[in-house]
Amino acid sequence: MTEVFQAGLPFGLFPGGGLKIRFDKLGIVIAIIAASGLVFSTFAVLKPNRILQGQAKTILEALPAWAGYGLLILLIAAIAAALFRTSPWIKLIAAAASLTALALAIGYAAGFLTPAGNTYARVSPASGFWILIFAFALLAADALTRLQPPPWMRVLFLCITAIGIAALLFSGSWNGLSIMKEYAGRADVFWTEAGKHVTLALGSLFAAALVGLPLGILCHRVSSLRAGVLNTLNLVQTIPSIALFGILIGPLAWVALNVPGAAALGIRGIGMAPAFVALFLYSLLPIVANTVVGLAGVPREANDAARGIGMTDRQRLFQVEFPLALPVILTAIRIVLVQNIGMATIAALIGGGGFGVFVFQGIGQTAMDLVLLGAVPTVALAFAAAVVLDALIEMNSRVPNGVSAA
Amino acid sequence: MIEIDAITKRYDDNTVVDNVSMVIEPRTVTVIVGTSGSGKTTLLRMINRLVEPTSGVIKLDGEDNRAIPGHELRRRIGYAIQGHGLFPHRTVAQNIATVPTLLGWEKSRIDAKVDELLTLFQLDPKTFGPRYPHELSGGQQQRVGVARALAAEPNVLLMDEPYGALDPIIRAKAQEDLLAIQKHFGTTIVLVTHDMNEAFHLADKIAVMDKGRVLQYGPPEELVRAPETPFVETLIGDTERPFRLLAIAKAGAAAEPGEAEGEPIREDKTQQEALADLLWTGRSALPVVSASGAPMGRVTLDALLKRATRPSGSAR
Ligand SMILES: Nc1ncnc2c1ncn2[C@@H]1O[C@H](COP(=O)(O)OP(=O)(O)OP(=O)(O)O)[C@@H](O)[C@H]1O
Ligand SMILES: [Mg+2]
Repeated sequence: MTEVFQAGLPFGLFPGGGLKIRFDKLGIVIAIIAASGLVFSTFAVLKPNRILQGQAKTILEALPAWAGYGLLILLIAAIAAALFRTSPWIKLIAAAASLTALALAIGYAAGFLTPAGNTYARVSPASGFWILIFAFALLAADALTRLQPPPWMRVLFLCITAIGIAALLFSGSWNGLSIMKEYAGRADVFWTEAGKHVTLALGSLFAAALVGLPLGILCHRVSSLRAGVLNTLNLVQTIPSIALFGILIGPLAWVALNVPGAAALGIRGIGMAPAFVALFLYSLLPIVANTVVGLAGVPREANDAARGIGMTDRQRLFQVEFPLALPVILTAIRIVLVQNIGMATIAALIGGGGFGVFVFQGIGQTAMDLVLLGAVPTVALAFAAAVVLDALIEMNSRVPNGVSAA
Repeated sequence: MIEIDAITKRYDDNTVVDNVSMVIEPRTVTVIVGTSGSGKTTLLRMINRLVEPTSGVIKLDGEDNRAIPGHELRRRIGYAIQGHGLFPHRTVAQNIATVPTLLGWEKSRIDAKVDELLTLFQLDPKTFGPRYPHELSGGQQQRVGVARALAAEPNVLLMDEPYGALDPIIRAKAQEDLLAIQKHFGTTIVLVTHDMNEAFHLADKIAVMDKGRVLQYGPPEELVRAPETPFVETLIGDTERPFRLLAIAKAGAAAEPGEAEGEPIREDKTQQEALADLLWTGRSALPVVSASGAPMGRVTLDALLKRATRPSGSAR
């Protein structure tokens, strides 16, 4: 079983020789990616201001000699750890150390490269930095997959990472970076947009669960409804998001004008309302479909016993069917949440707010750092949501599948 | 007492249970036997209204079983379903506690009951209580299924092939347990099985079903002595008949005054066991003792052979 996940295939470095060094297959790929980030790409860019093209700098140019060589040595050691078949713990530690060092180094580089007293010059990470981050994140993910940590430990790792990033943010070591300068200029707006983003993503999920779960249960019980409901929702899913936003502008504007009180609730043709409704509609299909599938998967004997033992239909639903279908339903919630966090970015196009505001402003001003200010938190949020919900799903599914962790 | 009066169940044009009437005495074990698809499960499930009959009435202690809502009726009647039907997401203890919880018992009373039942079925409460059903063997799962059916101390217990997955040794043990429990709680048990040995071992009365009809309903002895249809005769088995007769009577009933040599047999063993003992040890008589060891006379080979002979009134 575990062999399947072992990327490393043993083969000798010296065929026929006595000394055998074992390479890790995925490790070779990671090493190549990391090496290319190290050798062929640059680490940081120094721009005269936030819009103009800048000068690319290598690690040794972007950092003072001691830090530059120190970082190089650390990264090369980590690449070696990736390359050879060693314990996943060593790989994880190597990856974590590299990622931390990279994070610290880029902040340090910002201070080092910015000419003293120059408030226009901007330093941002260059392609090499991102490639290295990607390579070592891959290494960390691979190590974690092999360690198969229990769900709580994965959440713990996530918390540690989050605390680490928060500490870096508060310590001010990244303040020299361009993205942080973009943030400093609009800290207030950032947090309101963050609030809107989360409200959109979570709120639409919540609303979809509120409607989708009962609808799924209804579809399960009344089989004649099933095909119709699922096909309709499927149809909604195929409408491109921009088109759906557009389609909703008309009806919602009409509602705002003609339904008393609707406008007071914030319902308008553009803004948050159509974005919310669109995300809600997209969320319905996975939730309804998985509720139906999950309930259909409940063993017939368990249902039969529940009835035979004297449970009412309601007790059977909540005490037997629902808990047994929960892992499948949670899978839908995970899909929807991650999807919504990403899709909420587009809401900015119709004035719905969210991190998309920075992305589209940045594109408009060709200020890539502003784009990052919108994109990076979105990705981080989606990633965190995925980790937490995966852990939840695993905790809930261990019993019926017979693969108890205890 | 369960009175089944002219009960019929039809699915479309298919009559699955056909005009069945029978009276089940309180505190007895009634076994329903018959070929697969003969309607045994359906008949059983009409007693607790998991299946609603097309026509006819079933009364429990004189009260129509439709007098109260189905789920309340089922909480009063224990039901061990074909296959164990345990809830996979609940521990053994939680499974057994299901009905008492539905009935709103106090927690301490529920816990005590769970411990009592697990101990009764020889499953250590500390070890097995916190386990999940998939962590048990098939036989253990079935025992937990029966324990769950008994948890609320029902007067009536319906069991659908409860011991299907058990090996012969565990099965014999489980049957002894069931009889002990039945005596202990005075439960009325209706049990479905394919196993004629099991039927003869457990039953006060046997109902033979074929194609939805009850062909014969009576004490085991009657089925052997006077089978009413060729089907009943086939089911009991030509070569088994003499041994079945001995299997349903106790050694004590065949005891006569007199002495005999060698190892005695207890009066509550079956006459079949006494015969086996006589044949195996090459003796012609066997001392009989009571459960406490007091001598009660002897059983002879001749007497047993007479008892196993076709009764004079019998047709075939
Ligand atoms: N819900 C149903 N709809 C239609 N036919 C049914 C239904 N339930 C049972 N039957 C049919 O009724 C007949 C009797 O079924 P039942 O389950 O009572 O048999 P059984 O004697 O318990 O058999 P087995 O020993 O195999 O368990 C079968 O032919 C079965 O196909
Ligand atoms: Mg059956």
